[in-house]
Amino acid sequence: MSSPVVLLVDDEVPFVEALAKRLGKRDLTVMSAFSGNDALEVLAKEPKIDIVILDVKMPGMDGIDTLREIKKAYPLVEVIMLTGHATVETAIDGMKLGAFDYLMKPCEIDKLMHKVKEAKDKKRTHEEKIRQARISEIVTRGRG
Amino acid sequence: MEATEYYRTLTRRMVTSIMLVSFLPLLLFGGIVGYQFQTSYREKTIDHLRELVQKHEQNIDAFLYEKLSYIRVMAQHNSLKDLSNEQFLEKRLLTLQNIYGGVFVDLGVVDFDGHQIAYAGPFQLMKANYSDADWFKEAINCEYSISNVFLGLRNQPHFIVTAKRESDGRQWVLRATIDFVAFNSLVENLRIGETGSAFIMNRQGEFQTTPHVKPSRGNDFFLRVLKESSESTTSTPLVVGGLPDSGPAATGGVPLSSVTVTEDVDFFGDGLIYVMSPLKNNDWILVFQQGSKDAFKDLYQARRLALLILFGGCLAIGIQVVVITRRMVRRIKWGDSERDKMNEQVIEAGKLASVGELAAGIAHEINNPVAVMVEEAGWIDDILSEPDFPTDENLDELKRALTQIRTQGARCKEITHKLLSFARKTDPHEHEVDINELMDEIISLCEQRARYSNVKINRNFASDLPRVLASPSELQQVFLNLINNGVDAIGANGGTVEITTRSENKYVVVDVADTGAGIPKVNLGRIFDPFFTTKPVGKGTGLGLSICYGIIKKLDGQISVNSAVGMGTTFHVRIPFSQQQKD
Repeated sequence: MSSPVVLLVDDEVPFVEALAKRLGKRDLTVMSAFSGNDALEVLAKEPKIDIVILDVKMPGMDGIDTLREIKKAYPLVEVIMLTGHATVETAIDGMKLGAFDYLMKPCEIDKLMHKVKEAKDKKRTHEEKIRQARISEIVTRGRG
Repeated sequence: MEATEYYRTLTRRMVTSIMLVSFLPLLLFGGIVGYQFQTSYREKTIDHLRELVQKHEQNIDAFLYEKLSYIRVMAQHNSLKDLSNEQFLEKRLLTLQNIYGGVFVDLGVVDFDGHQIAYAGPFQLMKANYSDADWFKEAINCEYSISNVFLGLRNQPHFIVTAKRESDGRQWVLRATIDFVAFNSLVENLRIGETGSAFIMNRQGEFQTTPHVKPSRGNDFFLRVLKESSESTTSTPLVVGGLPDSGPAATGGVPLSSVTVTEDVDFFGDGLIYVMSPLKNNDWILVFQQGSKDAFKDLYQARRLALLILFGGCLAIGIQVVVITRRMVRRIKWGDSERDKMNEQVIEAGKLASVGELAAGIAHEINNPVAVMVEEAGWIDDILSEPDFPTDENLDELKRALTQIRTQGARCKEITHKLLSFARKTDPHEHEVDINELMDEIISLCEQRARYSNVKINRNFASDLPRVLASPSELQQVFLNLINNGVDAIGANGGTVEITTRSENKYVVVDVADTGAGIPKVNLGRIFDPFFTTKPVGKGTGLGLSICYGIIKKLDGQISVNSAVGMGTTFHVRIPFSQQQKD
């Protein structure tokens, strides 16, 4: 079982760096991007990314737009929203758009880790189902 | 000060313009009509006087010439011999006196030397010599004459009519004395009003009758006026010289313009009207004088009344204008001040909103650095927790400091989150809300402030309350307002705010009761009005309760208030159960 690959997206560079180090220390493979566009580029290059941790409030392309793009291009990638209190409603909108969950900034590292694991599990289960479906399709075709 | 000046100017301008447009036409109209009326009335009055004077002049002339004609007839038809007979003369006088009353006083025949040949009458004038008398000089020169009034030999005012005759080779004169009193009464009868009276004067300016009122001017004044008048009206044929045979008829033919009217001012400055007409073939002048006041009495009375009404009307209009204008300006002033107050409140509300936004912005901006700090502290903690990190006696101290940083970071986070939740725009989405939970949350927000004001907040919650369907942030606003109002009402002396929740007839009821000052009855009906506040300007927007009212009404709920001054105030908020619970 491979460790989850996480993409951290926030315009606040020191926050991304600190959090990346902490998550890395907890056996996650962490990549980082500092804007919505950056995030999409990184995702295009790295198909292994499982989970995106996305700040809702960013200059330029904001969290919700980025989320929409990610879900369009990579439906299997899970997204965890990070938000200040004022934007809880936005985070809820995000969940309606397919985000896995949301957390309030600044967050407890343990909580975040917990969410990441849940997301990874969900993704794995999901991929497993897809694989099963493919196999059964191939088997059916073989029989036919 | 400037504002007062502005309103004063406004009042002045309004009063001036209204008065101008109301008085000007009134005065113009009054002036024009009054002038026209006065002019025509004066003309009418003066014409009336002219006619009157002329009629009298004709009467007097007729009187004089009648007497004269009689004497002439007597002289013509009787011989000197007959007339010299005193008995005959006596009889004649008696006849005359029978016909004319006491007008003829005596009769006499005078020869050309001035000796009276015969006499009939009450006086003993038989042998009188008239050769030096003015009238006699005139009499012997003319065929007939009427003398001026004079005192004569008997020292009584009288005048004499004479007729000259030549018979039996002698020239003689028949004379008759006309009683002055009888003649005077003719003129005296000409009385109009209180001051109108007449007198006669001759061309030498001597009075021929007793003037009832002493004329204001010397007699030469009248002579001059009459002369000027006759000169200016050259068309008027002046009968000079020999008297026509039909004397009265001739004078009757004198045109109206021979009557002269002039006005003058007497010693007291009162106007006088003089109407003059020549008499007795221009020898005498009949002068009628009357005070203008008296002559135009009706006119002046009407004018006085009109002026009184005009003055009264203007006064009434003026007072009314001032009163109404004052009232209007007061209203304008009130409206202006209300508007200003409203503006202040709107600005205040706007300020509050922008302060809220600013606070939210700051909170959000601070939140990010705090997040970084907390993460960095966490990272240090991670490093320190590595098993191969050299143990040191300071390590524990370091860890304690880190924990402190994280704790304080968490505190910062809490503060910013509270600020954000308070200042953010209300979320109108309705959820099922547990009122007790909501109230707990709100009370925790208010408690800090209440503690400063020495106010205790008591909770008295009913357990297992049904949920209500409402926007939590809106309800939060409502109760935050009510509780804050309660705390404000209590003031510095301390007290309690009791919050009770209960259910009643499908409603959740929340009572917020304070032990504050209470609301006076006059204000009780207005407390939910927008912008109604009893707090000093700048302290309250007057919007709080009206917003509460709006929110609760929107939820189909009710908000009501009980208050007693000195006892405190209780607000009751009723919110209906959510639909699911109702069913």
